[in-house]
Amino acid sequence: MQPFTFTRATDTQSAIETAAGRTDIKFIGGGTNLVDLMKMHVETPSKLIDINPLPLRQIEWSPTGGLHIGALVRNSDLALHPDVIAHYPVLSEALLSGASPQLRNMATVGGNLLQRTRCPYFYDKAFNCNKRDPESGCAAMNGYNRSHAILGGSNKCIATHPSDMCVALVALDAIILTRGINGERSIPIASFYLEPGQTPQKENVLYPGELITDVQLPVSPFARRSHYRKVRDRTSYEFALASAAVALEMDGERIRSARVALGGVGTRPWRAYAAEKILTGAILDDHTFEVAAQAALLGASPHADNAFKIELARRTLVDTLQHLLAG
Amino acid sequence: MDHHHKRERHHKWQQDEMLPGYGTTRREFIGQITAAGAAVTIAPMLNTAPVNKEKDNGDSIEIHLQVNGVHMTIKADPRITLLDALREKLSLTGTKKGCDHGQCGACTVLADGRRINSCLSLAVLYDKAEITTVEGLAKGGALHPMQKAFIDHDAFQCGYCTPGQICSAVGLINEGYARTDEEIRESMSGNICRCGAYQHILDAIKAVQSTNR
Repeated sequence: MQPFTFTRATDTQSAIETAAGRTDIKFIGGGTNLVDLMKMHVETPSKLIDINPLPLRQIEWSPTGGLHIGALVRNSDLALHPDVIAHYPVLSEALLSGASPQLRNMATVGGNLLQRTRCPYFYDKAFNCNKRDPESGCAAMNGYNRSHAILGGSNKCIATHPSDMCVALVALDAIILTRGINGERSIPIASFYLEPGQTPQKENVLYPGELITDVQLPVSPFARRSHYRKVRDRTSYEFALASAAVALEMDGERIRSARVALGGVGTRPWRAYAAEKILTGAILDDHTFEVAAQAALLGASPHADNAFKIELARRTLVDTLQHLLAG
Repeated sequence: MDHHHKRERHHKWQQDEMLPGYGTTRREFIGQITAAGAAVTIAPMLNTAPVNKEKDNGDSIEIHLQVNGVHMTIKADPRITLLDALREKLSLTGTKKGCDHGQCGACTVLADGRRINSCLSLAVLYDKAEITTVEGLAKGGALHPMQKAFIDHDAFQCGYCTPGQICSAVGLINEGYARTDEEIRESMSGNICRCGAYQHILDAIKAVQSTNR
């Protein structure tokens, strides 16, 4: 690990003033991903600001409706919160499918949003990686790319976004609240993440030193009828090969509105708009599910070792929809 | 950990094993290391474990830690993990370094009663927490019920993952959610046992749960 200086934030304003415009300063919450990357020399901050003292740990209903979640809420506390289980089941299920109880006790909501890819070539400095070292090349492209993305990749990067929580948040239209020296922003999660394009090192729309303070879950007619399904190499404690988060608002037999997001297959948490379009207004039946799942994977672009993910993701999505039909 | 270190450690283990093992049954010996967290008996073989290869930038900060009910102050580099602080600064070697990347669970300790991976925890972030390691579970000379259950159910072979398994299992009990076999297995999935003692670990946890009911 590279040496760094350590300071403790006393208030949000001074924390963001210290970090403003600096790419070499990192905020640390749980540290589950950052400390690991620092051990691997992938992250080499010169300074860490401990944001744990900041008052960002609340889970409460906001006056305007919707659930307001502080960025420092631990993943386990969010997953097991009665209001999350009752009103946003897809989020609880996604959180509990990720990592281990130990890591969920440490990891924060804000940190999970900024989790880096688990591409093994990104982690291993012996290999080229455009995300880690811009313009150095991508070892995954012609390497062992079984775990890599089939949606949203570019000729520079096909690293999969690893989070389960973020897939659920995409299906729930979550809003990310941030604070920087230029003020506060409300960023819909659908426009928070960037596809790699020609600059895979830039993963989201945050400015250097901008701090995620909260996540807001809007009141939605579809959140309560929602489900997360994750498929992976092991029963537990493994990243997704494919996952689906689905939320449906029903009008009798007919789907009034739908949200569909896929994990484990995209370079960012993947919103499947084409599938939503087919589901909206349709009758809830197996044929609709098949057509929607086909549509969700239409633009998929496989590589040597991961073509299986197209069929796996398609079946995972159908299975998730069938679960909601049964429920 | 590279192959060289693995070999060296294995070699040392064979040397050291003769001393505590002589005249002691395996179960008694395992009982001792479970209680003591291996602090005395197998500490010498672990001295070869690498910590940080980089040049130290000095013990530049003071970190206050509350460990097993005792307040301690260490001077350390801010890079020090809770795991390394426990093992290298406080000589509490019951907590084990396995993968050092949060993938195996050998380093599991309790922070305010909640299980965490001490290898991915910067020690300086835990100065307000009450840390409990395997050394702090026994009270007044009596094993913690989970330690006793692990012995009664033969829930280990080599014992290296055991301190982490036991701390994790205590965390599971504190949480109070996992009930069925499937839920307990899922909830213990952050602790890898390469000897494959999973069934007996499950039995030990269920035994403690049934006593608590």
